[in-house]
Amino acid sequence: MTGPVLQALLSHWRTHRLQVVTLLVGIALATGLWSAVQAINAEARASYARASQQLGLGQFEELRARSGFIALSRYVDLRRAGWQVAAVLDGRLYVGNRAVRVLGVDMLAYPALPALTETAPDQAPQDPAQMLTAPGRLVVAPALARLLQDRDDLPPRIPSDAIPADVILTDIGVAEVLLDRQGQISRLIVLPQQPIGRPPLDKIAPELVRHSPDRQVDTARLADSFHLNLSAFGLLAFAVGLFIVHGTVGLAFAQRRGMIRTLRAMGVPMRRLVWITLAELTAFALAGGLIGLVLGYLIAGALLPDVAVTLRGLYGAPVEGHLTLRPLWALTGIGMALAGTLGASGHALWRLSRMPLLSGPGLRAWGGNARARSMAAAAGVILILGGIASFAGTKGLIAGFGLLAAILTGAALLLPLVLSWVLSALSRRARHPVTQWVWADMQAQLPGLSLALMALLLALAANIGVGTMVSSFRLTFTGWLDQRLTSELYVTPTSQDQGAQMMEWLGPRADAVLPIRSTELPHRTGPLFLYGIVDDATYRNKWPLIASGPDVWDRVHAGRAVLINEQLARRADLWPGDSLTLSGDHDLPIAGVYSDYGNPTGQAIVSMQRLDQIAPGTPTRRIGVRIDPAQAANLSRDLQDRFELPPGAVVHLSTMKAQSLAIFDQTFVVTSALNVLTLGVAGFAILTSLLTLWTQRLPQVAPLWGLGLTRSHIAGLEVLRSVLLATLTAALALPLGLVLAWLLLNVINVRAFGWSIPMTVFPADWLRLLVLTVLAAGAAAAIPAWRLRRLPPADLLRVFASER
Amino acid sequence: MLLKVDDVRKTYARTRPVLNGVSLALDTGQTLALTGESGSGKSTLLNLVGALDGFEGGEITLDGTKLSGLGDAGRAVLRRDTVSLVFQQFNLIPSLTVAGNLSFHARLAGRDDPAWTATLTQRLGLADLLERYPENLSGGQQQRVAIGRAMAMRPRLLLADEPTGNLDETASAVVLDLMLSLVAETGAALLLVTHSQDIAARLDRQARLVGGRIA
Ligand SMILES: Nc1ncnc2c1ncn2[C@@H]1O[C@H](COP(=O)(O)OP(=O)(O)O)[C@@H](O)[C@H]1O
Ligand SMILES: [Mg+2]
Repeated sequence: MTGPVLQALLSHWRTHRLQVVTLLVGIALATGLWSAVQAINAEARASYARASQQLGLGQFEELRARSGFIALSRYVDLRRAGWQVAAVLDGRLYVGNRAVRVLGVDMLAYPALPALTETAPDQAPQDPAQMLTAPGRLVVAPALARLLQDRDDLPPRIPSDAIPADVILTDIGVAEVLLDRQGQISRLIVLPQQPIGRPPLDKIAPELVRHSPDRQVDTARLADSFHLNLSAFGLLAFAVGLFIVHGTVGLAFAQRRGMIRTLRAMGVPMRRLVWITLAELTAFALAGGLIGLVLGYLIAGALLPDVAVTLRGLYGAPVEGHLTLRPLWALTGIGMALAGTLGASGHALWRLSRMPLLSGPGLRAWGGNARARSMAAAAGVILILGGIASFAGTKGLIAGFGLLAAILTGAALLLPLVLSWVLSALSRRARHPVTQWVWADMQAQLPGLSLALMALLLALAANIGVGTMVSSFRLTFTGWLDQRLTSELYVTPTSQDQGAQMMEWLGPRADAVLPIRSTELPHRTGPLFLYGIVDDATYRNKWPLIASGPDVWDRVHAGRAVLINEQLARRADLWPGDSLTLSGDHDLPIAGVYSDYGNPTGQAIVSMQRLDQIAPGTPTRRIGVRIDPAQAANLSRDLQDRFELPPGAVVHLSTMKAQSLAIFDQTFVVTSALNVLTLGVAGFAILTSLLTLWTQRLPQVAPLWGLGLTRSHIAGLEVLRSVLLATLTAALALPLGLVLAWLLLNVINVRAFGWSIPMTVFPADWLRLLVLTVLAAGAAAAIPAWRLRRLPPADLLRVFASER
Repeated sequence: MLLKVDDVRKTYARTRPVLNGVSLALDTGQTLALTGESGSGKSTLLNLVGALDGFEGGEITLDGTKLSGLGDAGRAVLRRDTVSLVFQQFNLIPSLTVAGNLSFHARLAGRDDPAWTATLTQRLGLADLLERYPENLSGGQQQRVAIGRAMAMRPRLLLADEPTGNLDETASAVVLDLMLSLVAETGAALLLVTHSQDIAARLDRQARLVGGRIA
């Protein structure tokens, strides 16, 4: 029995090929965008895991000093006492303008080493002695090795695939020289095998603190929220794609009702019909899901390099720019396609299974009516209120995203009701009969189009919201850069001595010379970078303080107070008037808080003298040079010649700004790409809705033609209808998008990154988006309208004929 | 002469001619019944006269306008201002109420006369249905609205294609009576297609289509 039934049911798709395409495209788009985001996330996670495992980060117990670094003599003491520890010197080196992590390890004791020194397959095996004897070797990823090609001032490089992209691994002796931190150790790794009966730690090295293994890389938590952001977008795109599936399946099932009734009249049980239909949907989901996986892989491959740059540049998280195919990812993608398709078709399937044997053709009932509209709206209101309530309860990041989702979905559910209000208000004001018809007809078409319009609403709101967030962020960031980048030139000396010589040399040649020293200290909120600065009007005038007590600068420069960045302030809840404890015994009142965008870690600023007390021997890392901008280029050249500096050691203000903005823009490349894709999916949803409504469209427009409207006139009205509905939806999306932006800036950002941003609106962007929407809606309507324009009169006449 | 059909030929794609030299004439105030077997081309002829479709040979002159030379726009003007059509079904605009449908054509033609529309509403017994939508009307009611809409614009020529074909006997009689009396009152001409001899007999003249010509 199943054979002929299947044949009959499948014949529907043969005569409705467009529906097949629509359905597959809908499933593929939903799965594709979702999987692309998942692939990116999985790749990043794998990179983090690889990095922490291979470098032995966070896998072993560690010893750290409260003062920031451990003296070499302590290491010797511990080893003599029988402690099995391995020394690590961890620091940053600028290669051009790229910060690279230098990991200097005790090559003989470091636990994770064998895997690391496995060289690239085309290289000859390494002689271990070379690594230890001067000048030593740097083990780097092949990409970084290429970047370092011309650096004759560095020891020879050994390319290795096992090293994360932004790390230089070397012997601790070599690292000392590279980083100019002779005799310093960042931390000691406690090896798993320890002799019994070794003396306790506080007997030998009371100033050291034991840290239990922490499986996370420091940056991972921050990068997590970036991934959460991406996931939210992936989910949005998935939902928008499912709108298409829902619409198409609904229509296809409605159109097959007659056939199903006939089959049942001939004795086919409903159960069997439902099973066959389920199998049919599963086949569609598998086919669409496979296409979607291919699509997702391509999208992810295209976006991953940008994501990698973002994560590296902004969060210092190591991610490589290429993609590997993971079976679990493919399985999850197919699973999502199946779940999504069945979920989106559930309603239609349920209605089919409950269809009475004797009932009308029921095509009109598809898509709902006024009652369904009110019910959806009520559900929307409940959803929004629920989201607000649950956020008010917990106030966490996840609840923040939950609130976003609730508001978006709720607003989408409210859309049909609001649109129908607007349309009836407009139709009451219309005078010309054709205008009246246009409004009345739009209202009548609303049920069939509302899913597509909901998708459009979501896409537009996301666009406006995220666009406003990014633009606000960018504006604030640019202003902040102007304040924060105080000097015309920044110089990185290659050694402590050279730094001192430079200061002397620069003295008479520049308006002001501002040495900058910094050191990394532990703090209960994570690592903290302490900067030392000298007194200069530049700081007093330009530094971006967001909160301050009285006489801020006087107190800081007198060494009596500290400034902290917004991240630290929010994380530790420290504000002017509170005090910051540094390295155990240094307790300083907080004089002010400054904004510090794009920096994941806590930061504090004290006077140079104070820094030297807290962390004696901290080298000058950078020198800021104030000078007439017209002279900057000359001075930079002279400086480079005089000290034989490697390229990139002197950076101009404008270059620095441009680079910072480039990193910033890179961060949001992915977001805007996803934005555009989501809008595209919404446009496609409108097109498919219009095409599926097409079959019911002729009886509605044929009478108008009969009464004296030309086909081109009616076709024009068809395009106008789509454009008007899209415009109305866009008008409603604007406030929704602004709410979204506000939440992103003031809730999500604060929770995820630790800073808030003043919201700025960009009406020109809205206008561009509106034009894009109108174009998309117009283009979507153009195909059916063109068909209508070219329709032979005989086809329109057939509408009136009884044999129809 | 209001309507003159002269030696008109019409062929649909790849079939033998449906109309093969049809000629007839109709003057203001006259009513003509067009009969013939199913498939003989009655609707085709009516559609040509109603400026809904083009033809290959001959000429149709309607109110002084030659239809053969008209394009889409010219035909639309004729439909809007000169003729009214009542079909068997799918005639009303589904998204407009009865009231909206009734005045629609007259307003398009710029000839809206609320008093006349009110009279028609009364005469056709539609007063209680004005706010309803077509989908909620019976076939007879729908057809009365269609006639009301057609007459509200005071056409020179009313074209009706089996207007009672979908109705039961009682409703048929009502619809036909109303149409005939309204046409008589307004002085319009009527060309009515029917396969019923009884209905045809109530009109001034009858013409029968056989083999693509008037027999
Ligand atoms: N659009 C069309 N395309 C092809 N053939 C058509 C079309 N419309 C009508 N016909 C054919 O033209 C002939 C006349 O049809 P019609 O005018 O509807 O007849 P009647 O109204 O007298 O029943 C029939 O054979 C019909 O099949
Ligand atoms: Mg006919």
